[in-house]
Amino acid sequence: MPLLLEIVTPERLAYRGEVDEVVVPGSEGQLGILPHHVPLISLLGLGELRIKRAGQQESFAIYGGFLQVRPDKVIVMAETADFAADIDLERARHARQEAERALEAGFVEPADLVQARAALQHALLRIRIAERHHREGPRRHGGG
Amino acid sequence: MASQRDIRRRIAAVRNIRQITRAMQFVAASKLRRAQDATLASRPYSEHLDEILADLAAVLSGEDHPLLGRHDVGKRLAILITTDRGLAGPINANAVRFAAREITGEQGQIALITVGRKGRDAMRRARMPIEAHFPGFGERPSFADVIPLARLVSDDYLARTYNRVDIIYTHFVSTLVQRPALQRLLPIEPSADTSGIPGAQFIFEPNPDVVLTTILPRYVATRLYQAVLENTASEMSSKMVAMKNATDNADDLIEDYTLVYNKVRQANITREMIEIASGARAR
Repeated sequence: MPLLLEIVTPERLAYRGEVDEVVVPGSEGQLGILPHHVPLISLLGLGELRIKRAGQQESFAIYGGFLQVRPDKVIVMAETADFAADIDLERARHARQEAERALEAGFVEPADLVQARAALQHALLRIRIAERHHREGPRRHGGG
Repeated sequence: MASQRDIRRRIAAVRNIRQITRAMQFVAASKLRRAQDATLASRPYSEHLDEILADLAAVLSGEDHPLLGRHDVGKRLAILITTDRGLAGPINANAVRFAAREITGEQGQIALITVGRKGRDAMRRARMPIEAHFPGFGERPSFADVIPLARLVSDDYLARTYNRVDIIYTHFVSTLVQRPALQRLLPIEPSADTSGIPGAQFIFEPNPDVVLTTILPRYVATRLYQAVLENTASEMSSKMVAMKNATDNADDLIEDYTLVYNKVRQANITREMIEIASGARAR
């Protein structure tokens, strides 16, 4: 039985296709999902979502949200999902600098602090995944 | 018949109006593109969220989370979404008429929250009591805009002020078609078919409480946000079409007036010539 994977964010449908396996950054750790998985609803943490399909591997940077697993279908409702190959490293590094500068500058509003920390985390995640993607390229099963 | 000068003045007036309506048409067209993109892009998220929540409602109950519960206490609430500004074609009138049909059957049993000035004004004229009013969220509504409304609605539902919450808004079908629509927000309609969920239960991670407390408020806000986006895209399409019609009508009017103007001018010339001719003969 194929496993249908959909990755959706409030801004767009980021991915839709049949996959062999998907590894998701759950809030409690990595979750590997194969077809016939038991029904599950889990919150998402931040990290890399890896798709294995026909011996190839692709990845997304996932930042928060939740997912629903059914035996034949996985719906990832992420707050943001960036396809590794599409991440603009320059922009992510720039975002990191911005966030770091904002954090050093000190804050009046606690909300700003939370926002800057989140921005920094998000930038670091994107950088990590994009760098790994550039280093290894689309990987073969078992190779990465 | 009107004098030449009157007609000329009228033509000039219509030309001025045409200039304004044409400008408004183009402004609406450019805003429409953005509104339409935003609406279509966020639809998959909203639709998937609906599906997941319907699954949850099918396998869980009010004991798991109060927002999944049902009760008969309280009134039914309708949230009427309209635009703040007029000159947007028939969409507000249609939405209000649609809402009125829903309300008249249950007078006194139904409470009303309005979003957007036009709906509030219409309901006030009809002497409908309004529980709360939110001004429209502008041309680029953001998710944060709807959160106070979402919180208010969820809290009142949990406090059993309302037993059912509906959203009435204008659904964006295409640039040419926008339809008033009613969507049930709460209680959540359970999905009829749970055959895709063996055992009819989910494992929750980290635990049901945390998951539901995260997802349910998100659901309410997302539904409302999507309705607001749809309504904005509808507003811009409807406005664009209305202003295009107005511009076309102005073109027709100018043509008609020009015809009349030429006729009057011709009649004047003819009359003057007759006067001159008969004056010459009389001499």
